[in-house]
Amino acid sequence: MLPDGGATAAHSFAERPACRPVEGFLGEGMAMTTGSGGAPSGARARVLDAVRAAVRREPAEAEAEAAARREEIEARIAAHEVHVRPSVEGDLAMRFAEKVTLVSASFAPVPGIDGVSRAVANYLEEHGLEKEIVVTTDPLVERVRWSNEFAVARRAAEPEDRVSVTGAYAGIAETGTVVFVSDRTTPTTLNFLPETHVAVLARDRLVAHLEDVWARLREERAAPPRTVNFITGPSRTGDIELQLELGAHGPRRLHVLLVDA
Amino acid sequence: MIPESHRFPDRAGLALADEGLRLALDRARQGFIGNRRKAVDALPEFQELREAARRVKNHTLANLDLYLERFESQATAAGGQVHWAADAAEARARILAICREAGARTVTKGKSMVGEEVGLNEALEEADLEVVETDLGEYIIQLAGETPSHIVAPAIHKTREQIRDLFAEHHAPLGLGAPGLGNAELVARAREVLRREFLRADVGITGANFLIAESGSTVIVTNEGNGDLSNTLPRVHVVIAGIEKVLPGFEDLSTVLRLLARSATGQEMSVYTTVSTGPRRGEDLDGPEEFHVVLVDNGRSAMLGGEFREMLRCIRCGACLNHCPVYHAVGGHAYGWVYTGPMGSVLTPLIVGLDKAHHLPNACTLNGRCEQVCPMSIPLPTMLRKLRTRGFERGFGTRTSRMGLAAWGFLARRPAVYGSATRVAMGILGWLGRRRGAFRRLPLAGGWTGVRDLPAPEGETFQRAWRRRGARR
Repeated sequence: MLPDGGATAAHSFAERPACRPVEGFLGEGMAMTTGSGGAPSGARARVLDAVRAAVRREPAEAEAEAAARREEIEARIAAHEVHVRPSVEGDLAMRFAEKVTLVSASFAPVPGIDGVSRAVANYLEEHGLEKEIVVTTDPLVERVRWSNEFAVARRAAEPEDRVSVTGAYAGIAETGTVVFVSDRTTPTTLNFLPETHVAVLARDRLVAHLEDVWARLREERAAPPRTVNFITGPSRTGDIELQLELGAHGPRRLHVLLVDA
Repeated sequence: MIPESHRFPDRAGLALADEGLRLALDRARQGFIGNRRKAVDALPEFQELREAARRVKNHTLANLDLYLERFESQATAAGGQVHWAADAAEARARILAICREAGARTVTKGKSMVGEEVGLNEALEEADLEVVETDLGEYIIQLAGETPSHIVAPAIHKTREQIRDLFAEHHAPLGLGAPGLGNAELVARAREVLRREFLRADVGITGANFLIAESGSTVIVTNEGNGDLSNTLPRVHVVIAGIEKVLPGFEDLSTVLRLLARSATGQEMSVYTTVSTGPRRGEDLDGPEEFHVVLVDNGRSAMLGGEFREMLRCIRCGACLNHCPVYHAVGGHAYGWVYTGPMGSVLTPLIVGLDKAHHLPNACTLNGRCEQVCPMSIPLPTMLRKLRTRGFERGFGTRTSRMGLAAWGFLARRPAVYGSATRVAMGILGWLGRRRGAFRRLPLAGGWTGVRDLPAPEGETFQRAWRRRGARR
């Protein structure tokens, strides 16, 4: 283990067990720097030595200088400095609705959580789809009282599933992107396997920019989840004669319900 | 794959005679250039973002050793395993070992350029693993036994008829007949067949558009969702990535993402941007049980330490290809290896050796468009010129062209001799060509006159005409 170079660290690394998810991925320092994959015959050392040789300003960078550089990069990471953001003006929901439609997804505002069941039923009827749905069990979707016309399953996706209804972590007005995180209540496969994906997004989870999502994640999660999906419209491909076709591998349809929860 | 770049002139000749390819390339040029233009015009902050991205990447590259170590420590802390490979052979061996340890028989792959670069598929197949490319374009060229002809649209050179025939042939053993010719039917067929593969694969291999040092995460950007199914469904997820892919944190990622999709396809965001950190967590309902990242050098540390460091800023968007007149004339396959167009003409000589690829830096008109559209402001024309110089110094090229260059070098350094020599030459050429105004043939200019006439000079040099004009003014 290398000495903790980060003078910026709020608490020292020695207090933290090395090989488990780092608390707060703000990352105040280096957890461990030994090779972990059992690389053959020192590939790690050879690559890193070559990189070190390539970036050194002096032939032999003193350990003090390396430590100073390390401190600098730790401080830079910890600062989470935002660079340039496109302007997002006006009402976030309006902008989000406009952008989400432009990427071939559809959008419906729902006045309260009680309206979600009806809104999903309407959407499925409109597209001639069965009311067999697989849903996530996150706090928002758990609050939905599904009318008895629905057959509802709560689990990860299976190959035959046609429709999923999943709780979104956030929505980004800048680009009409819906964000999903994986945990025990929100399996990732529900975002990809079914042909029709209905996202339930609470209005207070709308943010202006991409950067706002990272800020929320750092605030709300001890460690980054296994998967964060930024989804901007339904799956598509242009690989055959550059003609756009929806539903390449992921959902053909993405419908976003913006709920005043 | 074995580089065929030394055969560029022959391959370019064949490509120029291919009418189907011409149609495909025209379609691509119009589509990609127009879409990018619209997306860039719609974002007033684009230039500012470009500058910010350049700064971010320069800083990261200047401290790449530390960022790689930090990436490794964070990925490991999240339960992932990080492996290192100094060259292509080590990368192949490492991934093969991971597949063997996992007892794998089938592998699904998301698109990975570095995977192509190290010849991963061939190595896995030789070891009797079944490897299925899942990006639709990559899948099509895998069936055809070809290599990508475009970095974003790998099967851009294939017509729908050819794709239908490939599907008919390869899907017959699955009990499926020939699909219809419609776009929707072809895509639906690929979806159906590849869905089966995802569900039975033991290992999913993806590339990484970015690695995040802050959290030890890998990031992939796709439109189809194939990368995500490869990420999520198989028991083992392996990421193969070049060491230059690392970025410090998520704010840096945000900046570069705003440039990537706009430059590649004209989208504001690609459909799926996915951040993976470690394997599935204890209570997760899905996700891989193992998460491996293989960091590949293969010539990159050498670039980092030399005059081509800036090439490591490349984010593989393909904008330089789309705006390159040479790429548009000959297509991707003429370049003879994985990377094509202007970025390929820099990367290929640096990775496989200038001796095997010295033609590529010469396949450039130095018009500069690639640099203008590069979201990471890579000075591609300057680099190509440097590679030409190196090639000349090392004695590559035909004897005639080398003698010509030497003669030119002699004249260009002696202005007086240059002036009188060109005056004489232009005078003679002007007189010889005075009747037709053009030449059908000219000694030493066969490369030009073989396919078109060479306009005859008017008989006076530019310098003389300029002086005369200046005197009159």
